[in-house]
This record gives sequence, C-alpha cells and structure tokens, in this order.
Amino acid sequence: MLSIELTMAGIVVVAASGFLALLPIRGEGGQRLAAAVLVAGSGLGLAGAIGAFAAPMPPALDYYWLLPWGSFSVSIDPLSAFFLCPVFVVPALGSIYGLGYFTRKEEGRKAGKLAVFYGLLAASMGLVVIARDAVLFLVAWEVMALAAWFAAAIDDDRPEVRKSGWIYLIATHVGTLCLFAMFALWRATTGSFALSPLASAGGAATALFVLALVGFGFKAGFMPLHVWLPGAHANAPSHVSAVMSGVMLKMGIYGIVRMTGLLAAIEPWMGSTLLVVGLVSGIAGIAFATGQKDLKRVLAYSSIENIGIIGMGLGLALLGRATGRPVWTVLGLGGALLHVWNHSLFKSLLFFDAGSIMHATGTRDIEALGGLGKKMPFTAAAFVLGAVAISGLPPLNGFAGEWLLYLGFFDTLVPGGPRGIEAAAAAAGGLAMIGAIAVACFVRLLGAVFQGEPRDPGRVAKAHDPGLAMKLPMVMLAAACLVIGFFPGLAAPALEAATTAWLPVGSMVPHIAELAPQAWIGWLGLALAAVVALLALGMRLHPRAEKAPRRGTWDCGYAAPTSRMEYTATSFGQSVVRLFSFVLWPSRREPRIEGPFPPESRFSARVPDPVLDRALRPLFKSSRRWSSMVRVMQQGQTQLYILYILIIAIVLLAAGGTGVPR
Amino acid sequence: MTDIAVHLLVLILLPPFLLGVINKTKAFFAGRKGPPLLQTYRDIAKLLRKGMVISGTTTWIFRAGPLVTLAAVAMAGLLVPFGASPAIIAFQGDLVLFAYLFGLARFFTTSAALDTGSSFEGMGSAREATFAVLTEPALFFAFLALARMSGSLSLVNMLRVPAMGLAAGTTAPLVLIAIGLFIILLAETCRIPVDDPNTHLELTMIHEAMVLDHSGPLLGAITYSASLKLFIIGSVLVDIVAPWKTGNPLMDWPIFAGELVVLAAVIGVVESVMARLRMNRVPYLLVSAILLCGSAFILLVR
Repeated sequence: MLSIELTMAGIVVVAASGFLALLPIRGEGGQRLAAAVLVAGSGLGLAGAIGAFAAPMPPALDYYWLLPWGSFSVSIDPLSAFFLCPVFVVPALGSIYGLGYFTRKEEGRKAGKLAVFYGLLAASMGLVVIARDAVLFLVAWEVMALAAWFAAAIDDDRPEVRKSGWIYLIATHVGTLCLFAMFALWRATTGSFALSPLASAGGAATALFVLALVGFGFKAGFMPLHVWLPGAHANAPSHVSAVMSGVMLKMGIYGIVRMTGLLAAIEPWMGSTLLVVGLVSGIAGIAFATGQKDLKRVLAYSSIENIGIIGMGLGLALLGRATGRPVWTVLGLGGALLHVWNHSLFKSLLFFDAGSIMHATGTRDIEALGGLGKKMPFTAAAFVLGAVAISGLPPLNGFAGEWLLYLGFFDTLVPGGPRGIEAAAAAAGGLAMIGAIAVACFVRLLGAVFQGEPRDPGRVAKAHDPGLAMKLPMVMLAAACLVIGFFPGLAAPALEAATTAWLPVGSMVPHIAELAPQAWIGWLGLALAAVVALLALGMRLHPRAEKAPRRGTWDCGYAAPTSRMEYTATSFGQSVVRLFSFVLWPSRREPRIEGPFPPESRFSARVPDPVLDRALRPLFKSSRRWSSMVRVMQQGQTQLYILYILIIAIVLLAAGGTGVPR
Repeated sequence: MTDIAVHLLVLILLPPFLLGVINKTKAFFAGRKGPPLLQTYRDIAKLLRKGMVISGTTTWIFRAGPLVTLAAVAMAGLLVPFGASPAIIAFQGDLVLFAYLFGLARFFTTSAALDTGSSFEGMGSAREATFAVLTEPALFFAFLALARMSGSLSLVNMLRVPAMGLAAGTTAPLVLIAIGLFIILLAETCRIPVDDPNTHLELTMIHEAMVLDHSGPLLGAITYSASLKLFIIGSVLVDIVAPWKTGNPLMDWPIFAGELVVLAAVIGVVESVMARLRMNRVPYLLVSAILLCGSAFILLVR
C-alpha cells in the first residue's frame, strides 16, 4: 500500500511549492513553477486519497518525531480520504487561477510571499486531516491558522485588511484554546495523545463534545462564532477566499466529525444541539447575506449558511447514532459530507467569479456594478451555474446533497422512533426556508452585478472576461457541479465508506441507493435539460422570434430612463431583511419628507453584523476603558516591571503555602 | 399505458381552461358577459404566432427564463397523480424534487425580470422571492404531515391518504392542510388576495409586473406556465379535499376534471368577493399558512 506515502509526498511537495516562487526567475516564471509543482503535488496527494478509499484497511504510518510529547502518526481512513479530496482539488485550481489573478506584474513581491503561505495552507490542511495524534494535529492546525492569516492579510497596506486580519487571528486562537483544553482533557481521560476510538469517556464525554463544538465551531463559522468570517473572506485575494471558504471551514467540520466519531457514547442531546446550531446558522447566515452590499461578504455569509446545512446533517447523524437508527446516520452524515464536497465546488466557483469581477471592475460594491452580463458573458454564465447550484436547485449538485438531508429528516417521522424525535423532522421546514432565501439572495446578486444597465458605466465599460488561466479552473469546477448533479450516485460509495469509518467498528451501514433512488434525480435532471434545449430550439426555429427588434426597456413611456432608476440590490434585499429584522437588526437612516418642496435628503440602509458590531466591539471598547486604569502602574522602566513580577511571585508563593512541614 | 397517455394529454391541454373558468366566474360576479371559456387558448395561440420586442438591456437569461420555467413546471406535473392515473414518475423523495422544481422556476422567472433593469420588474421579483420564503416552509410542513399519515415519501402514496377515508386522528390535520394549501395555491399562482392578475402597472403587483417586458412566444410560454402551475398545485389540493374515485377510468377522469373546474370557480369567487391585501399584510397571510400546516404536523406527531 503506497497510498499514504503518496499523500505524504504530496503534502511535502505542496508545502515546498510556494518557496519556488521566491526564486529569482524573471517575469512570471517563478510563480508558474510554483503553481505547476503545487498542482503536481496535489495530484500525488489525491492519488493517495483515492487509493486509500480502495484499501481494505486504513493505511497508517509512524515517523520520527522530535517533540517530547505525542508522535508523528498519520493514517488515511475513508473519512480522511473524503476530506482530502477538496483539500487537494481546490487549492490546485486556485493556484492556476492565481496565475491570472495575482501576478507578480501587478502585485510585485506580494505574489511570491502569497505563494509561500498558500502552499503551506494547503499542505497543513492535508496534515490536519490525516493526523492521528493530538499534538501533531494541533501543530498542523496552528500552521493552517497562521498560514491562512498571512495569506488572507496579504494586502496589509490597506487598513481594513489589517483590521479583519486581527479579528481573524483573535477568533482562531480563541478556538484553538478550546482545542488545547479539549486535547488536554482527552489526554487525561485516555492517558495518551493518540486519536483512536474511545471505549468509554464517562463524564468527560460531555465536556469533550462541548469543547469540540466550540473550538471547531470557531473555524467552521457556526453562528455566533462566525465573527471573523465575513471580513477575512471579503478582504483576502479571491483564490485565497475560495480555499478558506471551500476547504478551510470544512476543517472545522472535519474536527467535529472526527471527534464525535472517536467518542464511544453519543447522546441524543448532542445531535439536537448541533441540529439547532446548524438551523440557526443556516437561516441567519443566508438572511445576513441578503442584506450585504459587498460581493464577497455576501458569499462569506452564504458560507455560514452552508456550514449550517452541513451542521444540520451532522446533528441528524448523531441523533441516528444515539438512538440506533442507521438510516438517519447514513442519510444525515452522507448528505452533510456530500454537501462538504458540493460547497467546496460551487463556493470556489463563485469566489473565482467574484475575483474575475473585481479584476475587471476594481470594486466589490455590488451597487456600483450592473450590466456586466454583456461585457463578461463567460463570467455571467459561470455565475448562473454556481448560483443555481448553491441555491440547492435541481439539476445541479447542491440539490443532490440537500435531497439526502430531506430524506433523512422525513425518515424521523417513521412511527416507532424515540419520543419527541419528530421535532427533528421540522428541520425540513427550516431547510426549505433556507433554500427559498438562498434563491432570493443569489437572484439579487445576479441581478445587481450582471443584469440591467451599468450603475457606474465608467467601471463597466472597460470590463472583459478573464484570461485562460482564470477561466480554466472555473470550467473545471462548473463541470464537477454538473457531473455530481446529473450522476449523484457516483459519490455514494465514498459517502458510505466515510460513514462506515465514522461509526464504531462493526456497524452495518445501509446502502444509500436503497434509501434514496439517486438515479431518478440524475435522469430527471437530464430530461429537464433536454426539454429546455428543445424549447430553445423551438424558439430558434420560430420564424419571427429571431428577428425580434431591440428597444429600450418598457418604462411607462418615460423618455429618458437612467440606471439610477433601477431597482438596487439594497431595495431588493429590503423585503427579505424586513421579514427577518428580528434577528438582523438592520440600521436605516430615513429622512422625513415634509412639505410640497422637501429639501434634498439621503436614505441609507445597511445590515451590520450584530455579534461583532453590536456586542463584541462595544464590549472590547468598554473593557479597554476599564483596563486602562491599570496604566498608573506603567513607568516605562524595565527594572520596575521585573520588580512587579518578583512581588507577584512572592505573593503567589505565600498564597500557595499551607504551613504544613515538607 | 393509456393512463400515462391521458395523464400527459390532460396535463398539456386542460390547464388554460381553468383560467377561462376563473375569468368567467369573475365576469359573472361583475355582471359582465366575460371572455369565452376558451379565450386563454386563443391568447396563447396568438402569442405563439407573433413576433417579439426585446429590451436591448437584456441578456440570454431574459429569453431562457420563460423556457426553463415552463420545463420545470411541466416536469413537476409528471410527479402528481391526476384522476385515474397515478403519477407518471414516482420514487422515494419525489416530493422534494416537486417543491424544488418550482424553486428552479422561481429562480429563472425572477432573474429574467431583473434582466430588464426596470424598477417595476425589480419590485415584482423581490416580492416573489420574499413571499416564497414563507410559502416554502408551509408547503414542507404540509408534506411532513402527509408523509406521517401515509408513511411514504412519494407524492402518489401521500395523496392517497385522504381517499382511504377519514379516521379520527387524520380529519383535523387534513382540514388544516387543505386550508393551508389553498393559501399556498393563491400565493404561488399570484391570485387575489396576494396578487392581482389583472393589473400590470400598479406598484403593488408581483407576477404581472415581472413579465412586463416579455412579448410574443415568450409571453405565451409564461401564460401557459402560469396556468400549468395553477393546474398542478390545484390537483394536489383536489386530491386532498375531494379524493373521490370510482375505480373506473371513464368515470374518474371526468370527475377529476370537474373537481378542478369547481376549484377554479372557487378561486374566481374568492377573487370577486375579496380585495387584494396591502403588500405589507401579505406576509401575515402566508405565515398563517405556515401555522395551519405546522399545526397539522404537530397534531399528527404529538
């Protein structure tokens, strides 16, 4: 079995790839070399992951390890292999995209610096997924967190990038602190740092689960732990945003899946907690997305929604495991995992799309765009595909994943389940609501960016589709969305293998094909595409439709319509925002219009993040005021500070003393 | 085999007739003679022959919108049982596809509207998208209740429950679902009190405002899709309210068609005796649909 060696080699090559961009090669040569090596390394790693799927036993290895604690033990079970797929696919496509998006010609030395941290980010995520030792896991986790920080804050000459970078750094370390506590508890309970299944955790199981949920929840971006996510995603270069949203958030999901897989006894409350957290993140995340004006912030909030959907699936899987219902487990975990893949595909596609738009127009403000569809037909078509997929609509991959979740939630209705379990079925109604808001959110984005007349003609006039390096990754992601949408059964063996790996050894997992006739979804999707093609052909053959004259949009006979009369994205979002104003707390500044000749006035509406802008910022501001009282002790003399330390040490010594002779 | 053929034929031919019935009923209440029952067929035939005027602002999405909508709605019609025919296609979980096909239709209708850059159409599509946020969960709660009663996740079996007679535990939920579905039907097909299909221009319109710029064959496709949608959701409602079957196809098809005509007449009466709600009141109506269907669900699982 070479698969684990292949994957390890892939990780090393990917980690090293970025340093090649620093070589003094003229022009873009260094960056191209780095991208080629990263793609090659990812190919190696992916080959190893696919090999591990087929392996009868999970391949494992132990390397020499310098640190006094833990060990360098790695292994690829099907669950790891499942998460390795996006880890190796998305960064590889992103590095190709970066050749057109973040070039040395335009960005100067930043391009080389970014390549280094980009490679490290991709490699560390691979290591996170295969680590089987808590210390190794934490080392890889921290490298990932820091590499992502350096990569996301690459434009550190802009103040808002530095600000969002700091918020990310604080949030990720609060999460890591929880993980430290969790692994310390793990060590205390099991007696070792090895991540192997636990026979019985006793009372520690509750604490382990809660710490994992919070610690990994920070990384995954569950509400209300999402505070770092919108800013960091919006301000990172687009291919880094794609890797962060498409893959790095999933490391949080991986952590929760892995830790719950290791715990012996799963209790129903764990499942229902995750289900509720997921539902709240889903509805609130997409409702926030609908209120944003920054293109990439919309996508970032929509990531929170998708993480919420995944969380709902995990919750159902945990419920199934706690109550001995393998059907819920396989549909819940299967749907969640398929959504992990799907989200990494369509969200990366949309972030690449957003990058092309920014590259062409120089802005992320959707209120300044509009009418791009004619200038950038490829980008527009890719966006439509991504938007249909992310809204979970047939016939694309988003539907295939959510459909499994729906079937799982409906299955909790089967009589004979534990008392009160039917409440879980109500989550299907919540999922339907998430889907409907997602349609509103992405139609709004599509309309504001690509349709209508340009609101800022100067920006849009020069816009054009990106070059081949940026198009190619988008084509590949779009193709992947289509393939999973039309042939959802292809993913079933991987989902079943990963579910088996998650369950205790010896558990039977029902076949997805028996629970969910996925072939029908594929066939009907193809039939739908065929009918649309036929109708389009009919229009083409229509004798008079083809010669349709082009006139202005009908406007009640008004003679000089301007783009300022268009319905703006803010207006479109208002009706949804108003429905959810009880969670969104939108802020509006509305002038009072009085008298027959009212003076000129302004209207503005925005949706700030309640957790960050209304809770945390005021909290930190007031804590700064209180803690500034300590400043009286500040003298500016190092000796004095060391004296303070000495005094405190003596006080502690006294406080720790018991008076009992040694 | 004959059932499938009749199913397709009914699905293709009958829907525009329902619009005729609604208009005739409304004309009767208004003391007018009204357009002939078959007027919608003539309108569609005329539109299909005509040329089009297309706004220069639009892209391919504007032209794709009505076609994708038509295809998606028609496909949803294959999943519902009509008269003597069980659905043409039935599988475990087809109800989710049924609901999401309407979602796909909505995505393309609303984005085709935004493609024109007109404020009217923007407003219409924002409202359409927003109201769906409330109708979708209501529809799924109705499905949850039906799934609980039937123990099946296929529309065919779920809609067979009412025909099995009213048991003590299922009567109340079925009544609640029927009322909830009727509200969903009115909202989804853009009827009074949610929307007024007769006015295009008031700032209060939804569906008619979205299609202002479509003309010729595309407008024909839109009119036809609208009638198809009414027909399909209506037949789900009819299966719940009046599941009368004799077992003889020669009787069942006419009964089914008659029931739908009655439903159309009822919609016509509602449109005649009610005023359209103020736009900011519509969400309350839709939330009450969620409450009705959700209560049915709770009654069943308590």
